[in-house]
Amino acid sequence: MLIKAAIRAEAQAAFDAFRATGAVPVEADLLLPAGTLLDLYGEDIRATAYVTQDPDRGEMMLRPDFTVPVVQAHMSHGAEPARYCYMGEVFRQDAETPETLQVGYEVFDRQSPEEADAEVFALFRDALKGLPAQPVTGDIGILMAAVKGLETTPRRKSALLRHIWRPTRFRALLDRFSGRAPMSPARAALLQHLSTGVPADLIAQAGPVVGLRDVAEIAARAEALREDAQTPPIPAIAAAMLYDLLHLQAPARAALTHLQAIAPHLPSIAPAVDRFGRRLDALDRRGVDTQTLAFEASHGRAAMEYYDGFVFSFRHGAETLATGGRYDALTTVLGRGQSIPAVGGILRPHLMAELRSAP
Amino acid sequence: MIRIGVPSKGRLMEKTFDWFGARGLKMSRTGNEREYSGQVEGVDNVSLVLLSAGEIPRELAAGRIDLGVTGTDLVRDKLAHWQTKVTEIAPLGFGHADLVIAIPVAWIDVETLDDLDAAASAFRRTHGHRLRIATKYHRLVRDFLATHGVADYQLTDSQGATEGTVKNQTAEAIADITSSGETLRANHLKILSDGLILQSQATLYRSALATDPGLDALIQRIGF
Repeated sequence: MLIKAAIRAEAQAAFDAFRATGAVPVEADLLLPAGTLLDLYGEDIRATAYVTQDPDRGEMMLRPDFTVPVVQAHMSHGAEPARYCYMGEVFRQDAETPETLQVGYEVFDRQSPEEADAEVFALFRDALKGLPAQPVTGDIGILMAAVKGLETTPRRKSALLRHIWRPTRFRALLDRFSGRAPMSPARAALLQHLSTGVPADLIAQAGPVVGLRDVAEIAARAEALREDAQTPPIPAIAAAMLYDLLHLQAPARAALTHLQAIAPHLPSIAPAVDRFGRRLDALDRRGVDTQTLAFEASHGRAAMEYYDGFVFSFRHGAETLATGGRYDALTTVLGRGQSIPAVGGILRPHLMAELRSAP
Repeated sequence: MIRIGVPSKGRLMEKTFDWFGARGLKMSRTGNEREYSGQVEGVDNVSLVLLSAGEIPRELAAGRIDLGVTGTDLVRDKLAHWQTKVTEIAPLGFGHADLVIAIPVAWIDVETLDDLDAAASAFRRTHGHRLRIATKYHRLVRDFLATHGVADYQLTDSQGATEGTVKNQTAEAIADITSSGETLRANHLKILSDGLILQSQATLYRSALATDPGLDALIQRIGF
């Protein structure tokens, strides 16, 4: 068991290094209103966060991460462009130590996002210098662009995009939309029933409408289901390319070559592939060897919700020492109509200190 | 002294007494009708602790009772990592109840979890808040929905009369225990075809912290 002082010293050194780049140090409350976080992450976060009840303020949550409060602070009174750094505790029930220090760095900058991606990655690489940390990178933006370009209905595309961070669910939807999985008996029975009359009549036959979800909403989805049943499957070639993309793992430069080769067949990914190329050039300029840098197209999908572009982790065995990525869409959600491209990451000083003290 | 925790009232208590009685442990309440005290005859060094079924998981986890009878639903919902805190000795064959997700019968467009997820997404866009599911089984329901990739819902706490929350517009759907489904039907609700979260029944549990040297012999004596 490491003493807290060693972990704090590790955190302080990283924080000082972040600060030395000119980033503005920011503080965030330990106790946050739970509502925003629950709306953003869904009920699932209750399994990991500490939630408590305030008789006046309602549900409050012990800070599960810094990203949300830092984004909120920037969106309400930050000047652009901005670079922030922070250091403090975060709390997670499922972690080995429920209270851990985090040190982070966030960039809000509209100029050249790829430069900002590379800047953040290189900064974290430097902070981990001397430690046996293996970087892995990914790009959720390429996956999203591929989905947006599929030849299918907007409804199917938005269903896939909504579940991009839930790989099992995403896979089940894609299997269904591409005709790889047979229709479930329950869905077949439902469609059969819907074909026996107009929604309003079927609803009236089913029983009294109780609750907030009204007849119009029920009828709208019933119609949508009927329409969807008439939708042809996603063409086999496009589906195969998407499956291939989901499983792409290669050194970054080789991955770029591969993606450039498939882009003519999947034109919607071309701009995202160009961004990927510019990012690799920017990383090269910062001394990252992109010939060997690991790239996994699905990296970060299961663990790092809200990242929608470049993602990275630095790992040692099963431990993740640092993680980060781009989260442009989150700033839209939290920005009340405003948005700004954003990228950042966090270090876990207790794991760094542990590794440094290992014989 | 081996302490056995048993639900303190109603059919659950009577059936538990019968079950132990058939295995040579005569349990009974003592004192007046309203006093929560009991005794065990036919074996030495065993005491009876009458408790609310909902508190038995906690008491087992803390090691304040060595054995306890309660529903599988309560153990799995109230104890995180329940397998590390209690061991199932035997299902008792009564107290059957299914924990299910139910929705209004008028939702002709929803039959499975997949439909519920899609309906929740549309509901959130229309109403500006997540689709509410009323329950008292927070952990079980949340784990179940996470496993099946359902998003855009929120759990609202309901400790009783849960079937009425939809009509009262404090929830859009519910997750609750049902045995015959009658209460659900009476409140115009139907069960999702893949919405069975857990089949629960009264079960005898052993605390992982139980250390009494006579416990193994007692468990053997009742046939396990």
